[in-house]
Amino acid sequence: MAVSEVAAEGIVLEDSRDTFGQKVWDLVRRKPLGAAGAFVVLFLLVIALLADFITVYDPVKNSYDSMHVPPNAEHWMGTDQFGRDILTRIIYGARTALLVGFVASFIGSTLGLMLGVTSAYFGGRFDLIFQRIMDIFMSFPLIIMALAVVSIMGTGTDKVIFAIMIPFIPRCARVVRASALAVREIPYVDAARTLGFNHKRIILRHMVPNVMAPYLIMLTSFMGQAILLEASLSYLGLGVQEPTPAWGLMLQGGAEEYAESAPWIPIFPGLAITIGVFAFNLLGDAVRDTLDPRLRSQ
Amino acid sequence: MSKYIFKRILLMIPTLVGAAVIVFFLLRAIPGDVCVLKMAGTGMYADPEAIRICQQELGIDKPLILGIDTQFVDFVWGFATFNLGESMWTGKSISGEIGLRFQLSLQVAIMATLTATVFAIPLGTISAIKQDTWIDYIVRTFSISGIAMPSFWLGIMIILGLLIITNKITGEPWMPPIEYTPFWVDPWANMSQLVWPAVATGFRYSAVATRMTRSALLEVLREDYVRTARAKGLLEKLIINRHALKNSLLPVTTVIGLEFAFLMGGLVVTEQVFNLNGLGKLFVESVLASDYTMTQSLVMLVAVVFILTNFVIDILYAWLDPRIRYS
Repeated sequence: MAVSEVAAEGIVLEDSRDTFGQKVWDLVRRKPLGAAGAFVVLFLLVIALLADFITVYDPVKNSYDSMHVPPNAEHWMGTDQFGRDILTRIIYGARTALLVGFVASFIGSTLGLMLGVTSAYFGGRFDLIFQRIMDIFMSFPLIIMALAVVSIMGTGTDKVIFAIMIPFIPRCARVVRASALAVREIPYVDAARTLGFNHKRIILRHMVPNVMAPYLIMLTSFMGQAILLEASLSYLGLGVQEPTPAWGLMLQGGAEEYAESAPWIPIFPGLAITIGVFAFNLLGDAVRDTLDPRLRSQ
Repeated sequence: MSKYIFKRILLMIPTLVGAAVIVFFLLRAIPGDVCVLKMAGTGMYADPEAIRICQQELGIDKPLILGIDTQFVDFVWGFATFNLGESMWTGKSISGEIGLRFQLSLQVAIMATLTATVFAIPLGTISAIKQDTWIDYIVRTFSISGIAMPSFWLGIMIILGLLIITNKITGEPWMPPIEYTPFWVDPWANMSQLVWPAVATGFRYSAVATRMTRSALLEVLREDYVRTARAKGLLEKLIINRHALKNSLLPVTTVIGLEFAFLMGGLVVTEQVFNLNGLGKLFVESVLASDYTMTQSLVMLVAVVFILTNFVIDILYAWLDPRIRYS
């Protein structure tokens, strides 16, 4: 009995090296910056999900008896020109930012993944023409392309996601294609073809899983860009619309007019954007370093 | 070299035509007819005769692409001859409107580039030489934060800082002038207006270029010829200046050039913050007002600037590095 207990303890001790906590600690030690980024992202995710429970004020309702209140014990970050609590709006704004960031970069890079792999798989003239088209799409800066899409589709959260997603597609497709070209030459793709599998199956089951590394690298690096882009569009009045709380929107509508009399109105939302994008960039760098050490120098 | 330039020019043509096709279809992708939209807004009655006249004026009653007298030919020809037609709402000439604002935006762009280069190359170099010391960490924090910080927020913070500081010193808050004065008319007024937007736009730019300088230099410092130079006892200063820096500046040139092409995107927001009447502001206003003809011309202009800048970078690259010319 005693012996088996000792043995069981030994096993427990041995296993504990691989517990989740140990893995997290290992990551923190090896990639402190990436871990810090991941921590902030996780934090934003939690406050975005629990926004309804951790805030006491209404994020959209105007209250004209508490306009321009400086930061104090009740309103930690003060109130804006409509009397809305800024901290509350920043917490709800995290929801908008993460929603746009995740959805736009996920759909954009997944479409890019499919297009890139397909282009590399078929090769030849199809690939050549496809690459030229991608080149042309990339001759529009991100925000210009997004603005052009907004000018057709109009504004609003769903349309902003679409507008941000579009310019990501060619950027991801190009990177994924480069890896997929190498995968295509590996014998198992030939083997799959000899077995008579159709194109769809070879692309989805044999090629796509092997280009996950560049795909994930692009996906994470897009998230910060998407949040920044959403903030820029909303700031210009061409993104998320009032009264939806969004960080960029909080800087719009005379934030610079109030800059002197109520500096807390522009300071805190801008800090939220900077910290959010910073965290996603750190996370993205860590993901890139882990998955593809060759790209480290860029 | 001239053969190389010729080849590059030939390669540029399909990209330009492709960009024109995309921008061309942009205007046609809006739900409904521009003229109906203009006359009736959403859901009101419009006189069919007025719509027909409007369509004729804008030339959108012609066939789209197939044939000689088509909308697409009109569009490309208009661009080639700098006659871009009229704004849908104000009826003013688009070329005229762009010409009015081009000078201001170009000046901010050039100033931002200069600011960025002046900071980026020394900072990146120090950061690479002192790799993994506190100087390196400070420079890297600066460059990562530059990429994360939205330029419009930096602009607002600059204005806030200016207001507070001038208020403390002179007792009166000071704002940069809003009216644009050309440099040769009044250099002081011109600079005091445009220096801050240039800094706000250039910060991100210099962050990107600093990162690039650092990583390019680190790579070159690991090359064999640097080790040889060190082995023969050359001064570290000479090694950096003559051997390493020269070779690492190639990718930096590319990044600086590419970012210059992307500056238009940065200007879109900075001009809004500083209330500058430049191309970026015109762009935002035209998108806000659904002025499709204006938006279309501006998007095309950005693409042309981008493609031309790329061309210049390629030529510069080949000039700096003979290996590219002959491959």
